[in-house]
Amino acid sequence: MRLYFKYFKILLKAQMQYRISFWLLSLGQFFIPFSVFAALYFLFERFGSIKGWTYYEVALCFSVIHIAFSISECFARGFDSFSGLVVRGEFDRILVRPRSTFMQVLGSKFEFTRIGRLLQGVVVLILAIWNLSIQWNIFKVATLVLMIISGISVFTGIFILAATLCFWTIQGIEVANIFTDGGREMSQYPLNIYKKWVTRFFTFVIPFGCVSYLPLMYILDKVEGNKLLFMLTPLYGILFIFPCLLVWRFGVKHYKSTGS
Amino acid sequence: MKAYFSVFKMRLINGMQYRVAALAGVATQFFWGFMFIMIYEAFYQSAVQTPPIELKQLVSYMWLQQAFLVFIVLWYRDGELFNLITSGNIAYELCRPCELYGFWYAKLIAQRLSGAMLRCFPILIVAFLLPDPYGMSLPANFSAFVLFVATLTLGLLVLVSISMFIYISVFVTMSPIGSLLMIGVAGDFFAGGIIPIPFMPSWLQRIAYVLPFRLAADLPFRVYSGNIPVNEALVGILTQVIWLVILVTLGRFALNKALQRVVVQGG
Repeated sequence: MRLYFKYFKILLKAQMQYRISFWLLSLGQFFIPFSVFAALYFLFERFGSIKGWTYYEVALCFSVIHIAFSISECFARGFDSFSGLVVRGEFDRILVRPRSTFMQVLGSKFEFTRIGRLLQGVVVLILAIWNLSIQWNIFKVATLVLMIISGISVFTGIFILAATLCFWTIQGIEVANIFTDGGREMSQYPLNIYKKWVTRFFTFVIPFGCVSYLPLMYILDKVEGNKLLFMLTPLYGILFIFPCLLVWRFGVKHYKSTGS
Repeated sequence: MKAYFSVFKMRLINGMQYRVAALAGVATQFFWGFMFIMIYEAFYQSAVQTPPIELKQLVSYMWLQQAFLVFIVLWYRDGELFNLITSGNIAYELCRPCELYGFWYAKLIAQRLSGAMLRCFPILIVAFLLPDPYGMSLPANFSAFVLFVATLTLGLLVLVSISMFIYISVFVTMSPIGSLLMIGVAGDFFAGGIIPIPFMPSWLQRIAYVLPFRLAADLPFRVYSGNIPVNEALVGILTQVIWLVILVTLGRFALNKALQRVVVQGG
């Protein structure tokens, strides 16, 4: 853990060397989801609601996903850009060091400019909570926090899976974007607006539904029946990362260097 | 002219090499297409007033957008050109006996064409075969189709002339990321890339119609489905030509200005 903080500090200092570039990039990161959010607003202005969900309810969904995505992109960026490490043969260096590969790859890169995106998510979250009349209690707050943690774990899990793919091929990694960027765009709406099979796939196989849609039903009091079950769904999302880690270890065992 | 053509051909062949990457791109684009259509379908079901564009027209719009993505996004870039500028290898480019603006212009168009050629046919063919409501419909009529091809081609020329400004800006800033991000986000929004322009409120539509970004995407796609009638499409073509002349003249001027100040260090 101490090693991890050391990585963190060094990389933060390195990125802060280019201060203006850093703040400009953060500003840019603020505006990317901002334009998507503006689009969302215009659509609701025209259509009113989407399958019974109002604008602020969808905004809450949107903010949770974007907060989770920005945090995991900041910290798990090392896995996201892992193909570079394999191509350059730098992964061999990591293998000979007496520390876990997971920790070293995780610490190889941080993307601090994602703070802009995070800020945008937080602003939307506050806006949504302000305008929704939710009867808050301790369980609902806990669920909200769990949702964000669960989202981070799902996104990080996907980054790890995509990185593991690099052990076998580095072509066509773009497909993984379906699950990171695509998953983000998809789960910023409540999942029940999609077709049944899409909803099922993104609830049971890749548990985005457990991050936003199902626990949101609990927070917004849309649940009929067993509330506890809906409250605990984010935990399933958190469990998602464990099989991903197993796959990673399997991949490391099968790694063959590019040589030279 | 011959020199520009051979640069064009070279890049085209080069771009065609990356077939697996293109295939992965196709898969990704199908996912996006399906997702957007599902979202709009859900919105249309709860619509209280008649939307400004029919669902069928919108579906065609979405598939065209996915198929010709390489034609319409500003952030599709040539890393090589950026490297040339920041590393000082620009000196070689300056030695070539042809004008730099035209040279790069041909290069960039070829790159986009090769990217689109690999992707657009599989997407369009499958999109035509899909069942309702996901299936793409045929163009509204024959003249709409002809006008679609014309506006799409002119739109590509306009878009590349806009993207030239990003490359020129690197001479000043030395880092492409900032200008790419800002122009990319604004351009994408005002081209109708995030939501189609008819869905925007009227004050924003007015801004979008003044800017050149919509000429590459919004105009041809809506001409195809007949959402923009023939006579308006002809006006659109005129607008495209005027913008093209303005942008190329300005771009050439800016590039020459930037080249006058360029300093190449070392050797």
